[in-house]
Amino acid sequence: MKPILTRLLATLAFTAAALPALAEEVVVYSARNEQLIKPLFDAYTRDTGVQIKFITDKEGPLMARLKAEGKNTPADMLLTVDAGNLWQASEEGLLRPIQSKTLQANVPAHLRDPDNEWFGLSVRARTIVYNTGKVKPADLSTYEDLASPKWKGRLCLRTSKKVYNQSLVAMMITEYGEGKTEDMVHGWVGNLATAPFPDDTKAMEAVAAGQCDVTLVNTYYFGRLMEKSPNLPLAIFWPNQNLKNKAAGVHVNISGAGVTRHAKNPAGAQKLIEWLSSDKAQNLFADVNLEYPVNPKVSPDKTVAAWGGFKQNLINVKEAGSLQTKAVKLMDRAGYK
Amino acid sequence: MLFALAVAALVLVPVAVTFSSFARVEGDILAHLTEFVLPELVGNTLWLVLGVAIGVGVLGVSLAWLTAMCEFPGRRLFDWALLLPLALPAYVTAFVAIGLLDFTGPLQTWLRESWGFTGLPEIRSRGGVILVMSLALYPYVYLIAKNAFATQGAIALEAAQSLGLSRIQGFFRVALPMARPWIAAGMMLALMETLADFGTMAIFNYDTFTTAIYKAWYSLFSLPAAAQLASILILFVLIAVVFEQRSRTRMRYGTVGRSAASRRIKLSPALAGLALLYAGAVLAVAFLIPITQLALWTRDVIADDLDSRYWAFAWHSVLLAGIGALMVVAVALLLAYAGRQRPGPAMMWVQRLATLGYAFPGAVLAVGLFIPVAALDNWLIDTGRAWFGFDGSEILKGTLLVMLLAYLVRFLAVGFGPIDSGLHRITRNVDEAARNLGTGTAGLLTRIHLPMLRASLLTAGALAFVDIMKEMPITLMTRPFGWDTLAVRVFEMTSEGEWERAALPSLAIVVAGIIPIILMTWRGAHSHG
Repeated sequence: MKPILTRLLATLAFTAAALPALAEEVVVYSARNEQLIKPLFDAYTRDTGVQIKFITDKEGPLMARLKAEGKNTPADMLLTVDAGNLWQASEEGLLRPIQSKTLQANVPAHLRDPDNEWFGLSVRARTIVYNTGKVKPADLSTYEDLASPKWKGRLCLRTSKKVYNQSLVAMMITEYGEGKTEDMVHGWVGNLATAPFPDDTKAMEAVAAGQCDVTLVNTYYFGRLMEKSPNLPLAIFWPNQNLKNKAAGVHVNISGAGVTRHAKNPAGAQKLIEWLSSDKAQNLFADVNLEYPVNPKVSPDKTVAAWGGFKQNLINVKEAGSLQTKAVKLMDRAGYK
Repeated sequence: MLFALAVAALVLVPVAVTFSSFARVEGDILAHLTEFVLPELVGNTLWLVLGVAIGVGVLGVSLAWLTAMCEFPGRRLFDWALLLPLALPAYVTAFVAIGLLDFTGPLQTWLRESWGFTGLPEIRSRGGVILVMSLALYPYVYLIAKNAFATQGAIALEAAQSLGLSRIQGFFRVALPMARPWIAAGMMLALMETLADFGTMAIFNYDTFTTAIYKAWYSLFSLPAAAQLASILILFVLIAVVFEQRSRTRMRYGTVGRSAASRRIKLSPALAGLALLYAGAVLAVAFLIPITQLALWTRDVIADDLDSRYWAFAWHSVLLAGIGALMVVAVALLLAYAGRQRPGPAMMWVQRLATLGYAFPGAVLAVGLFIPVAALDNWLIDTGRAWFGFDGSEILKGTLLVMLLAYLVRFLAVGFGPIDSGLHRITRNVDEAARNLGTGTAGLLTRIHLPMLRASLLTAGALAFVDIMKEMPITLMTRPFGWDTLAVRVFEMTSEGEWERAALPSLAIVVAGIIPIILMTWRGAHSHG
């Protein structure tokens, strides 16, 4: 009697999604898009025989989904493309701490949760890109300097709605406090040559076309654009290299992951995250999108390495989450759209 | 009536979930939004709604009049081709428009470098958003108004002329007012979609009420604040809908005559040339140019990106849109029919509530549906585990049922608009005549109304089909594992800014969306004889 009813229930789910799989399986909710993770998951399945089932969406809906599903969630692991959302997932009790020597060794301390609920897997550096025909590198120094009057009418920015600008401003708040940071953002806004752009690529194209002279972008967008049009008069500048305060170094965010609180296969999810941080997977993880490996033992892709080395900002990326609300409000007040 | 109530109740589920957010008010976030964000975006939203209303009204009505009432070269082609922009997601039109017309685009670059001319108006502006939304959404008005003009325009005009009015006076004083419920139905759809739009607004970085909803959720991590803002938006829409309905119910409409096909206005050569130019320009800007750009981008990526999985993506899209459209049409028909059987203010409210889903920002609606479904699922799973040793984490969530119900809630308005206004066109005299001849309610529906409603049903089905094909947030949130669609592919590409690579799935959506449009026009034309 019982098995028949169970079967009936399972048939109700006519996609067979509810049927327990025979092989070991890890279920991932991913905000990192399919073409950037599937190659890795495929490689993992080839290596270990473990099947990976995943679904992609934005972080907001994925977290709402985890929350609504509660202890019956099918998800074992949450993968995002920024630290703020991992911090938020952890705040909402959606993740569980994992003790892993491998991850402690492979992921630098500032790129993982101090409470071990999530770990960075690739680094996304946000830096200055300038028009080589109009700006000398010597004119450039820091993010803060882009607020000075000498850049009036020469700055292009992506919208403040993008999380990478929010985390950059959050980093500034840790060093300068809200008041001074707000003044700086206000300065940026005053220097804008045109309304903020919906994405980094558009901002760089505007710099290349001479609508403005400098902008702030994640390096992989630069890599992607230059691959397509190598002759654009654009180059990377690494800001904040000579500062001595907490704001020193290039602002970095992460794409990272954590094991869900109610994972059915937490050990499997942990193994997957450990594998993703290993030498073997790190290149694939970062190179597929021209990002930086999080594991310092692994060197970046040739294209990426050619941009030169830089000092990273060392504030723990969790501040991107804890200060995000403040940063967003501050940017609203400063009129940064 | 019971049925109508059941449908309305289904829509009320996400509405209730959304409104229940007021149980937890995060004062500081709301205070912040009220002080620094809302003032500007309320103005932005009102301007947008006003501009798009005028834009879709002027484009839709004028083009409908030309193709339904006038004769000019290419009319038969334009008749259906002017619907094609429907198949193109608005955010695609927006991206292409900005790509071509912004400072870095080819036009401005050429003007600047060849002529030193820099005086072109900024595309990334309020005017630009209104223009793009109008071009993307005018087909709703065009489609529904065209049906109205085709059935009653000629007689209206003749009557007007016999009273000594000129043709232009006849249009403005008789034909246009008579077509009002249809024009209003089309405009309502266009405006609800405008209010709920996120993708296009994000590309223009134009802040509206809906972008603030997403800001509260994604950036300020407050789903409750987002839901509260969404509640206000929904209330606003509800008031607007009721207002529109009130002013409409005071009038009675009936069929004035049969098809106008034989009595088209012969335009003078100069006017015919202008008509051709106008319709051609709209078609080019709203469809041909964007689709050409998509095709060019697709050419660059097709070798790398097109693989055998695309058959599955396309199949999922078509299957979901097909089943979803059938459900929408069936339920919309029953809902509209219930209104005809038992008209009155109560029924009007039920109908309005049942079609509110279209004004919801998609992701908010998705969450509003997902939360109760997950709660129900949790109960089922726990019960199943306790009683039958069920071992799994999904029962309802893992099925297409949730997805299809969500589509129904979201797109019921799209089906209801054309069917309801089509039903209005069948006079009660017809019902009485049929009843006098001994036809029962069921017979009235199947033998009299359904055949007369054929064009409206096809319209409703095609609109719902195309809208579901393009739909993103609900599809993303409620799809079972492995049920990726073409729209999901668009999301995968655009989420990391790879717009050119998104051209391939976008183009596939357009191609699949054109099929029902052609089918609808072809069948519609035949049913008119």
